[in-house]
Amino acid sequence: MRGLTFDIAHMLAGTLVLVSFLELYQDRLYALLNVFAVHAFVLTLSVAWQAYVQGAPHLYVTATIALVFKAIIIPVALHRIIVRLGIHRQIEKVVGVGTAMLIGMGLVALSMVVMLRVTAGADPLAREDLAFALSVVLLGLLMMVTRRNAVSQVVGFMSLENGLVLAAAGAKGMPLVVEISVAFSILIAFIVIGIFLFRIRERFDTVDLQALDRFRGERR
Amino acid sequence: MSLDAVTAILLIPALTAAVLALLPGYRATARLNVLAAFLSFLTALSLLLVRPPAGPYLHVDDLNNVFIVLTTFVGFTTSVFSASYIDHEIEIERLTPTFVRFYHAMYQVLMFAMNLALVANNIGVMWVAIELATLTTVLMVGIYRTHEALEAAWKYFILGSVGIALALFGTILIYMAARPSVGEGLDAMVWTTLIERAASFDPALLNVAFVFLLLGYGTKVGLAPLHAWLPDAHAEGPTPISAVLSGLLLNVALYALLRFKMLLAVHPQALAPGPLMVTMGLISALFAAFMLYRRRDIKRMFAYSSIEHMGIITFAFGMGGPLANFAGLLHMTTHSLTKSAIFFAVGHVAQVKGTQRIADMGGLTETHPVLGWGLVLGVVAIAGLPPLGIFMSEFLVVTSTFARAPWLAVLLVLAILIGLAGLFLRLNSIAFGEPRGPTAEAKASFVPMFAHLGLVCVAGVYMPPHLVAWFQNVAKLLG
Repeated sequence: MRGLTFDIAHMLAGTLVLVSFLELYQDRLYALLNVFAVHAFVLTLSVAWQAYVQGAPHLYVTATIALVFKAIIIPVALHRIIVRLGIHRQIEKVVGVGTAMLIGMGLVALSMVVMLRVTAGADPLAREDLAFALSVVLLGLLMMVTRRNAVSQVVGFMSLENGLVLAAAGAKGMPLVVEISVAFSILIAFIVIGIFLFRIRERFDTVDLQALDRFRGERR
Repeated sequence: MSLDAVTAILLIPALTAAVLALLPGYRATARLNVLAAFLSFLTALSLLLVRPPAGPYLHVDDLNNVFIVLTTFVGFTTSVFSASYIDHEIEIERLTPTFVRFYHAMYQVLMFAMNLALVANNIGVMWVAIELATLTTVLMVGIYRTHEALEAAWKYFILGSVGIALALFGTILIYMAARPSVGEGLDAMVWTTLIERAASFDPALLNVAFVFLLLGYGTKVGLAPLHAWLPDAHAEGPTPISAVLSGLLLNVALYALLRFKMLLAVHPQALAPGPLMVTMGLISALFAAFMLYRRRDIKRMFAYSSIEHMGIITFAFGMGGPLANFAGLLHMTTHSLTKSAIFFAVGHVAQVKGTQRIADMGGLTETHPVLGWGLVLGVVAIAGLPPLGIFMSEFLVVTSTFARAPWLAVLLVLAILIGLAGLFLRLNSIAFGEPRGPTAEAKASFVPMFAHLGLVCVAGVYMPPHLVAWFQNVAKLLG
């Protein structure tokens, strides 16, 4: 039994990393949002499995928040924003797909090396979870760096947060305070971003951040 | 929970924020804002006399008491400045009354978040509070809704979120490190428990956690190379917010870092956090000093000066030991007071001249003597000339470093001198010479500015023995 619970947790966390890679090479906004919904769904499964394994009912709340909020509400809302703002659907990237994937692999290797080495004393489930979580966080960062489009940067940020939730769920007995606050902060973050997107639309007629770069304060 | 002073400094801003969000009429809200800030300051002072015992969520000790008193004091004076600043913004119709209402409510939310971050005994709550403070300031920076303001807010938001995310990962790792010895659940996130048991934690996990926390909270402190958000956020937001950002929020992030530094310092096998902080501090100070030369925007220039000084403070705390910690604390206090005073002056200058471009200002001491000389005094203080307060603290940082690592001290002195020259170069064209730009009279309240500068002047020549003893005690706590 011990082996099976471990394997399933391992598989789900690994799938999350895999979906992060899928996000990395999407070049259309709608497809990216769909993949993000899958990302949030895998996170839900992973957190729910942790809740079951650890016998920690409060983690089911976190799983529900991830499912309802991140897998359903946010992708739908972002879809509507894209439609309403008439954003062009192609995602502009700073580096090519191949390079981004290679860097991504390097980051995953890095997080494995770092986390597995320092957590030698912790129980194996938490170790693997932390290593995968760090990979997801770093891949989210990579996505934010390599995209020029505001919406896809937001998606990158949210998948980064998914990695954090995975880490928090893997840390056995971590108080509820943190999980709810993480979910809550995503909510606030989303509102903020939503407001900004609308304002940006109002002012520039584009959400491409390169357009913003022209207005850098120093070059007036 | 009974109503003691610690809950009061959280409740006052929180309730005021709710009331301010509902009240129309900007004059009344501005007054209420000042009143609430003043009450918070009084409550913070009362903590010096009576201190409630530490609970699982909130606690006050000598260390955070310094920060609380400083935060509420600068919060109060800034609210006075903000009242006259906002008056002018309404007059020239740069802000609509709705936005002003929003602004005042946000101001109190920010004060609440900073106070919560300071009194939190739980590292999770501390993280939430710093995140809340970040989001509030993002909204305030973008309030003018110009191209530049939106870009600044967006940049701040993205970089701030990444920093805050890394800090959360570090917080989770600290919990993982604490779990085996403290046990599961709430206790493993309570700071007072953590510091007692820190010696038995897994050192490798602590090390990795600290690296994440340093990068995460370091972004909020504005340490190079994670500082990119700071000049934009300072330049494009309303000036009272620049004053609060520079004078307070950077300190709060640094406070979080110091708490975790103390955890690592207790553990004999953990990595020494000092050298990391010294390196980042020194790089920030040197980098910012060089960046001061090419600045054309007055608020942006002082933002770089903030990076320089945060670098020096981080450097001092990184060196550690009673003397360097004392110097760091003193420098943090004097820098907060001086930099917010400078931003008060700069806010009025920018309003009078209708621009933030240094090239469009000139001869300020002739056209606006009080404002002009106030700014000169502020810059003289921030550049670290004797006999003002910042000279004292910088002198202490440098001498304590000379005794232990002379080469580092040479680099630090270099940074300070380069920064001084850069500031004076610009000050010369702003304050003296041919008057340029509009010369309308400044309708300003100069009380907050001169109150701060007065304190800084006094700190340079005389420190009350009580204050010295208190700071020495805190310096010992910091290890």
